[in-house]
Amino acid sequence: MLGMPDDIWVPIKLTIELATISTLALLVVATPLAWWLARSKAWFKEAAAAIVSLPMVLPPTVLGFYLLIALGPDGPGGVIASLWGARTLAFTFTGLVIGSIISSMPFVVQPIRNAFAAVGDRPLEVASTLRASPRRAFWTVALPLASPGLLTGAVLGFAHTVGEFGVILMIGGNIPGRTRVMSTAIFDFVETMRWREANLLAGGMVAFAFVVILAMTLLEKRFTRAGA
Amino acid sequence: MKLIVLETALAAFLTSLVAQAQADVTHVAVAANFTEPAKEIAALFKQKTGHEAVLIFGASGAFYTQITHSAPFEVFLSADAERPKMAVDNGFAAPDSVFTYAIGKLVLWSRVVDVTNGEAALKAGNFQKLSIANPVAAPYGTAAVETMKALGVYDALKPKIVQGNSIAQAFQFVDTRNAELGFIALSQLHGVTAGTRWEVPANLFSPIRQDAVLLKTGANSEASKAFLAFLQGPEAKAIIEQFGYALP
Amino acid sequence: MTASHAIRAEFRGTIGKFALDAGFTAPAKGVTALFGPSGCGKTTVLRCIAGLLRINGVCEIDGEVWQDENGAFLPTYKRPLGYAFQEASLFQHLSVRRNLVFGAPRHDSSGTKGGIVFDEVVELLSITRLLDRSPRNLSGGERQRVAIGRALLSQPKLLLMDEPLSALDRATKNEILPFLERLRDHLNLPVVYITHDIAEVERLADQMVLMDKGRVIGAGPLEDLQSDPSLPLAAARDAAVSFDGTVQSSDEAYGLVTLRVRGGVLTAPAPPAPVGERRRIRVIAGDVSLTREAPGPSSILNVLPARIVSMKPVDSNEVVVVVALGADGAGARLLSRLTRKSWETLQLAEGLRVYAQVKAVALAPGRGELA
Repeated sequence: MLGMPDDIWVPIKLTIELATISTLALLVVATPLAWWLARSKAWFKEAAAAIVSLPMVLPPTVLGFYLLIALGPDGPGGVIASLWGARTLAFTFTGLVIGSIISSMPFVVQPIRNAFAAVGDRPLEVASTLRASPRRAFWTVALPLASPGLLTGAVLGFAHTVGEFGVILMIGGNIPGRTRVMSTAIFDFVETMRWREANLLAGGMVAFAFVVILAMTLLEKRFTRAGA
Repeated sequence: MKLIVLETALAAFLTSLVAQAQADVTHVAVAANFTEPAKEIAALFKQKTGHEAVLIFGASGAFYTQITHSAPFEVFLSADAERPKMAVDNGFAAPDSVFTYAIGKLVLWSRVVDVTNGEAALKAGNFQKLSIANPVAAPYGTAAVETMKALGVYDALKPKIVQGNSIAQAFQFVDTRNAELGFIALSQLHGVTAGTRWEVPANLFSPIRQDAVLLKTGANSEASKAFLAFLQGPEAKAIIEQFGYALP
Repeated sequence: MTASHAIRAEFRGTIGKFALDAGFTAPAKGVTALFGPSGCGKTTVLRCIAGLLRINGVCEIDGEVWQDENGAFLPTYKRPLGYAFQEASLFQHLSVRRNLVFGAPRHDSSGTKGGIVFDEVVELLSITRLLDRSPRNLSGGERQRVAIGRALLSQPKLLLMDEPLSALDRATKNEILPFLERLRDHLNLPVVYITHDIAEVERLADQMVLMDKGRVIGAGPLEDLQSDPSLPLAAARDAAVSFDGTVQSSDEAYGLVTLRVRGGVLTAPAPPAPVGERRRIRVIAGDVSLTREAPGPSSILNVLPARIVSMKPVDSNEVVVVVALGADGAGARLLSRLTRKSWETLQLAEGLRVYAQVKAVALAPGRGELA
């Protein structure tokens, strides 16, 4: 594809797929969580927030190790996998998605939580005086007003997954076409001293990250100007 | 009064420096699979000679790359013979200091499937995942592939193979039962009674010669040279065998 | 339950350190002002009526029970109300038009009898040219008008307004007041209107609920409260009464308008007005003096027979007297601020027939004078 040999193109394709699916899944999971964190008055709220942030602080090998156990036959992953006759979710693309979601969660929840908190109570009170049920108020008022935060969260989640190495290494198994993503492929190229390929992939990742972050910053500026 | 205190302190400090210089420290890069025996050997080494061997564990491939970029190791205990040879060829190590310190024994291990007759188990293929070390990164991985090819099961088993980036990770996959079985180093099963194992006959794979070498950075280090000497001595050899390696 | 009252609200409870024990009733049409010093609990009561705050109490609107003592509580979004907040609070991500229709019902019920129609509201509040703008590009006054329009277009049965003019400067306030007067005249809705500015009360309200420190200290028709000597309003230095009169005739040559009020006739400087038009009249206590006999020719145009209703000393040397217009003393009430010396020297007393000389009468602008 694109004139690139398979051992370069396939990891790239896999990485993009992994990052895209993980980011979408993250948005679905993180948004209600961030909403709850922004608005709840439960006494254990900040403790829950700290737990969500743990992956940011834990070394990837520690996180990866616990994930390995959780995804395996001794953990919930094994139970889920048995539904289709497999023993474990490790070494599967699904397992990687789960690992990416957990490790990127704090980077997505934080900006969305901040955005919801910035919306404040007033717009929602106004909505309720205009016959909007709490659900309608969420979708038509809170979410649009918080959209810059969601965008930031999505971009950060995507970028973090693309760069994720330690966790994927621990639970991936480096299977070509399935779990050999760009970061582990680069590792292989370095190991075998194929510097040209390693530099190509690594350079591509840097350029991609740069473009993504630049785009996010510009988009966010435009959004906040429009939405302020 | 203050001057005397200062002078005494300075003297004590300088003395300790000299004392340290005499009991030298050497930094040893150790292939992950040799972790446990290395620790015991280093402890004995310190006891016998007073020198301290600071051990750093990891993948031989990663070590080699670091060595070519001025990593501060003085001694390199590789998992293969290739990397030390490359170090010598490329001028990072002393040519006459290379020797085989252990010969790796490959073993098939499982906590789920009975692999006492490993060949039969592999041919039967009643498992979903087989764990090996990444052949690119570890010779045990290469040996595992050679074994499977020699037994004629490689093509059939290829889709089931998962790679750990080190022999330690390959072990972890099997230990957590994410992979039903895997090819690991016998030395990793030291003290492990769980599961069943099959020591792979040596004729099925190229011998895993684990070579040691004195790096250029350690050329003038007494402790480094002493360590390598100790490694070839009887006490070290006993430990090495005990941990499941063969001796050259 | 008193059938004639459309609004019944009673709330009892503590919010933090603030204790609220307030209740009042209000009629089905017209503006009821909720008035009192800052921190007296006016906004709290309004939020309780809206359901934004929940404490023990009763809330019934036009026969519908929104809250009762047995635990029934209708959530805010199910209450057919309109709420105008102090700071407009328009949705920043929507255009003016989409803000306006946010709370409007899906099916077009505006065509039904009494329904509030989009075009009428837009016309009434003069926001037609703002429709496609973003809230960000509006002035404070424009934002407030849109917010009020938005509340109206949700077809409410009750309109709640929390100090809608407080955040605006004097010029903008004066610009918007006529719109509110227009709304009041046009709409068939009860309005509960919070303010701490007595001038707004005098221009807009028919009923008033006076609050202080979490309690209601007086409730009823505006002029009754204004002329009640037991309430702080009458004793204020700038005390005044406001009530409505009907235009009887206009004297264009002299720039005067004569209005019929209960118990008499008042003449005020104003541009000509249509006969029969209802106008809000304001008379300051300090502009009213009393005589025991009909005075001779005087520069004062308004001299009316009246009867003294009550007197209350204020300060050490002044008194405020409540007089009712008409020989029978059954007409509209005025306040008169006199020196204690005058009261004693003239031997004035309750029940006495006197003449009230009203030096100045202020008229709120009529419809013809609106921008």
